[in-house]
Amino acid sequence: MSLQVHFEWKEKYILVVRLSGELDHHTADQVREQVSQAIEEKQVRHLILNLENLSFMDSSGLGVILGRYKQMKQANGEMIICSVPPSIERLLDMSGLYKIIRIDPSEEQALHRLGVA
Amino acid sequence: MNNEMHLKFRAISQNESFARVTVSAFVAQLDPTMDELTEIKTAVSEAVTNAIIHGYENKREGYVYISAWLDGDTVELEIRDEGIGISNIEEAKQPLFTTKPELERSGMGFTIMENFVDEMTIESDPNHGTVVRLKKKLSNAKAVFN
Repeated sequence: MSLQVHFEWKEKYILVVRLSGELDHHTADQVREQVSQAIEEKQVRHLILNLENLSFMDSSGLGVILGRYKQMKQANGEMIICSVPPSIERLLDMSGLYKIIRIDPSEEQALHRLGVA
Repeated sequence: MNNEMHLKFRAISQNESFARVTVSAFVAQLDPTMDELTEIKTAVSEAVTNAIIHGYENKREGYVYISAWLDGDTVELEIRDEGIGISNIEEAKQPLFTTKPELERSGMGFTIMENFVDEMTIESDPNHGTVVRLKKKLSNAKAVFN
């Protein structure tokens, strides 16, 4: 099974990226390229990463998430992760990402906190 | 139940998903929980990815070998490559340690494997390859003895 990356812009500066399928070393490049390009070319102030439909993720996924977090931070933006499936929650916890990245239970809540929807 | 299987496939990233799905389908006959299956899939994915990225340095050359044994309620896995080996295993096992930060590697591979199985051993011979052995006892495995 592969990975699908779906982009949706909310307002002008909020990019919602919904991942579905399997995020491993093989599919990580696709996320890295597409999301990096959007951050570089458009003015993304808030990046929301929705993991709800991710059926599998390993440490390659942690690397991509951490990479985008750093990229957003460098651009003075913010990254939020939302809708983390229980199996993936454990990985985020183990890696310490929970402590540095804002995580919301749902996309709605993430958007609500940003003052949208 | 006693059973075993052996796999050999090219060290290319397309096969990462093939490897973990195949192992999990084989282990499924012990009736593991969803969590246990996820743990096994993730551990296999980490070991295979290590072989491809670090063992064979992403050169798309060489093979990865997986053997799996089911013995009663226990799964034993061996993931082997004939790559460059690991010069310092203790260092490689440290959380967040990576030799390839430029590739956005998280350095969590061995930490995840160690957390998701009961026993992990690594044997490595520089220039000859690495063998990772993983052992996991399943909680509600059907104890079917013939």
